[in-house]
Amino acid sequence: MSKKQYAFYPGCSSQKKASADNFLRSIDVVCDKLDVQLNEIPDWNCCGASIGYGEGGELPRLALSARNLALAETNFAGQDMVSVCPACWLASRETAERLHENSSLLAETNEALKEAGLTFKGETKARHFVEVLIEDIGWDAMKQQVVKPLDGLKFAGYVGCQTNRPFGIVGESFENPLYLDKMIETVGAEPVKYDQKVTCCGGALAFSEPDKAQKQIRDIVESAYDHGADMIVTPCQLCQANVEIYQSEINKKQGTKFNMPVVYYSQLMTLAYGGSAQQAGLDGQLIKADKLEKIAGK
Amino acid sequence: MTTANQNAVAKYKNNFLKEVEANVEDGHWVKMCMQCGVCAGSCPLGPHWEHSPQKIFMMIRAGKREEVLKSDSMWMCTSCYNCIVRCPRKLPITHIMHGLANYSHRLGLAPQGQPTREIAKLFWDNIVKTGRVNELTFSLAMYFKDGFGQGIKNAMAMQGIGLGLMKAKRLNPMEILGGHSCKDKSGIHKMLAKAREIEDRRKGLA
Repeated sequence: MSKKQYAFYPGCSSQKKASADNFLRSIDVVCDKLDVQLNEIPDWNCCGASIGYGEGGELPRLALSARNLALAETNFAGQDMVSVCPACWLASRETAERLHENSSLLAETNEALKEAGLTFKGETKARHFVEVLIEDIGWDAMKQQVVKPLDGLKFAGYVGCQTNRPFGIVGESFENPLYLDKMIETVGAEPVKYDQKVTCCGGALAFSEPDKAQKQIRDIVESAYDHGADMIVTPCQLCQANVEIYQSEINKKQGTKFNMPVVYYSQLMTLAYGGSAQQAGLDGQLIKADKLEKIAGK
Repeated sequence: MTTANQNAVAKYKNNFLKEVEANVEDGHWVKMCMQCGVCAGSCPLGPHWEHSPQKIFMMIRAGKREEVLKSDSMWMCTSCYNCIVRCPRKLPITHIMHGLANYSHRLGLAPQGQPTREIAKLFWDNIVKTGRVNELTFSLAMYFKDGFGQGIKNAMAMQGIGLGLMKAKRLNPMEILGGHSCKDKSGIHKMLAKAREIEDRRKGLA
């Protein structure tokens, strides 16, 4: 089978020694096992993230994403652009769709892009890596690679917001998306049913409104505990960071004893595919995922 | 008061809805709100909004310009997109809230010291510098936004988390020296300046 090729937009948090460095290591293993080749877009830039609107305005933000799309189009013609970060994906897809549909906005954006020596034709599609797994690789092929099922482990699949809304994965409901639960089953573990699977973690407001965001995080972690989860698993870098990092703050302020690991779906896949703890990026957990390290060591 | 604000007041007189339709991202959707309140009930930070999106939409139609643009409500948006997917009329509510926040910020009417307004500006300045987020300098800029003393206090309070992240190789102290960067920084700067110029001209902010 020949490798499936994609123009890859890693995003800021996936860079070396950035906050989701360990996530990308596990993505690499998953790609290797599933014959996916991610071609990093040369000189890609930040998407502006969720909070960029305050100062950035509409057209500057569209230009940021259009620059990435144009670089993908120029360097990897005919390939879809793929992101592993929900915020990168959301900004890119929104830009790609709006510029595809609105020729005057495309003209204005291209007037700005010209300053960076680029043009966007408005044809490249922006997709999420989870879509590639489900739609291009398929559940059967994902399951076939499992050599070390994660037997006996219970995960709270935390989908969060931006992988799920406003676009979401085709065929999934906004209120009760099931693909992450299915991924947990695919690696041989058990998804727990709990009510907070699409609750917002506070996003960027974890910085500016810490108490309000930490209430959200507390609800999520508490519900995962109440429903018997060993760990939380998520497709989102900001969800991972917020829900893992602030547990110690919540413990300090509210006397809770939270200590629940928060991992990525690709880390589970890496381990189930026979990868090491290092390949799965388990050394990147602030709250150690002991039960996964045990499996990796077997 | 900024000149742009005086110009907008003169141009649109008492028709604030028209001003929003012309100058706010996706503002032309505001008139479609049917006041059902699903957005208000769906917002994770709903209890903290002085005015829910539903109220904001009605206030716009009622011409309550000052109250809307000086409100800190829009800055409570976490960008969770719950309101968008649940709105029966499919109003892009999240975008309208972002658009209103940006417009009020650019007119100089948004509340001074509103924390999300402040970090939004710090974040934008951070990414524009090199084309990519520098997570270390962004965190430091946030801690020190209220002065040196408060900054030290904030940094001390978050010390455990910072060290934990460094140990986990998810925060690099060397980023202080510049860190990750795009090569074509000057192209990006020129592109963003041009984009802002076009938009400001269109919205009367120039």
